[in-house]
Amino acid sequence: MCGIIGLHLRDPELYPRLGPLMVQMLQGIVVRGPDSAGVAIYGDRSRCPEGQAAVSLLNAPEDLAVAVASELPGVEKVRVELVGETTVLTAETSPEMLASAVITVAPESRVVGIGEDMVVYKGIGNPNDLAGTYRLQDAQGWQGIAHTRMATESAINAEGCHPFSVGVGVSLVHNGSFSNYATIRRELQRGGISFDSLNDTEVGARFVASRLAEGDDLATALTALGDKFDGFYTLLVTTEHGFAVVRDEFACKPAIIAEHPRWVAMASEFQALAMLPGIDEAHVFEPLPGRVYAWKR
Amino acid sequence: METLKQGTAEIDLAVQSVRELNAELHAPNAQRYVVRHPRGAHAVAAGVNAPLEVQIDGDVGYYCAGMNQEGLITVEGSAGPGVAENMMSGVVRIRGNASQSAGASSHGGLLIIEGNVSTRCGISLKGGDIVVGGNMGAMGAFMAQAGRIVVCGDAGDGLGDSIYEADIYVRGTVGTLGADCIKKDMGPAHRKALRDLLAQADMAPQAEKQDYLDGFSRYGSARKLYHFTHEHARSY
Repeated sequence: MCGIIGLHLRDPELYPRLGPLMVQMLQGIVVRGPDSAGVAIYGDRSRCPEGQAAVSLLNAPEDLAVAVASELPGVEKVRVELVGETTVLTAETSPEMLASAVITVAPESRVVGIGEDMVVYKGIGNPNDLAGTYRLQDAQGWQGIAHTRMATESAINAEGCHPFSVGVGVSLVHNGSFSNYATIRRELQRGGISFDSLNDTEVGARFVASRLAEGDDLATALTALGDKFDGFYTLLVTTEHGFAVVRDEFACKPAIIAEHPRWVAMASEFQALAMLPGIDEAHVFEPLPGRVYAWKR
Repeated sequence: METLKQGTAEIDLAVQSVRELNAELHAPNAQRYVVRHPRGAHAVAAGVNAPLEVQIDGDVGYYCAGMNQEGLITVEGSAGPGVAENMMSGVVRIRGNASQSAGASSHGGLLIIEGNVSTRCGISLKGGDIVVGGNMGAMGAFMAQAGRIVVCGDAGDGLGDSIYEADIYVRGTVGTLGADCIKKDMGPAHRKALRDLLAQADMAPQAEKQDYLDGFSRYGSARKLYHFTHEHARSY
């Protein structure tokens, strides 16, 4: 069992309230995954300033800023923020360049999120405590997702924590388990894709990222995932353009979507949605088995 | 807990816990209860074991009214997974929609969902009755053993897969029939049973209309999966 929440704000007047709304939503899924939690926040310019790139890392060494800056000609300053087990670097460059510089100077660290608009945090512990560590209450922006984990198939550590973010601005959270992921991982590895963990969800994330890189839109990539992967899953995938939800054909893993003129929200359980502004007027429904639901900005 | 009038008590889940609510319902001091601000909480009014009237003003989460015995429980909103699972007797009414596995394994009683119901409604039904005002999702009545399900709208794919017994009445379309589920004749006894169930579900005006009843078809077990046969031996 795991818990998922996602909030996509349509009304810019709500952007300053993204964090408080996400904290309330997160409280509704803590019981589903008390061992660890991760979040991805989109559009918080205090965390990833306009025109800059953000890279989230695990196992980052100290004093990274100067060494990374020296790898980036023309970049004067690399800002480093320690957020629990996650280290976030921001600099006036592209996400790929920043990630590449980090890997060069600190190959032992793991890149767990790169974006121009998105920042990812991961860690183990009670999700309510982690919300404090991530300063979730202070978050602003247009979109956010979070995951609370109850590990079933790989270790409880920050690497196994969701979201899995393997392309620029792409994050994926999963409730369920894939069964044929080792086979698909080998296929992707033969295609030159490398993996950071033994986690099944990472295989789903890398599959989706590879399809997006080949030119698929998000809905098409998730339809392809449905054809390829066996197992039980409810997936929420976010990009710097929007978000999408898909469940397997048996739809055992819960999912509820609420659509309102001011926002679209998805959660594992209704109690995570109950406090959203205007929930009584929202269109609340369960996504049908095997169907992809997608929203764009 | 504030006593409103003789025999009626109000419990506000914004202030009190579900444990406190259920402890009160299991050793009741009133005949009728009104539950405020459920906000999707789990196991609301589970394990009621007396002819109490419980009105829940809002949406509930998992396993609402589970194991109900004799209680008359109404949700003025929608319900999460497993509403009225393992019900023994009584009546549970959902004014909105219900999530998956509604009425799972119910032995008796009547579950009414006025809106739509999701996947696996009435899975392993053991004698309870379910009336759905709207549509029913995929895999309804999976492995149902006894009882009746009425769907006034459409039913999704895999209806009645591996069904033992139980009667399914659907007024709208059926996506696909599951393994060993077939369309069956509707005799006078089935028509009467359907009419009575609709009337019990407070749909008496429709239940009295012959053309409304004519719209229903009955589905049930072809009884081909009851026993292993030697033809299947090579499958294992």
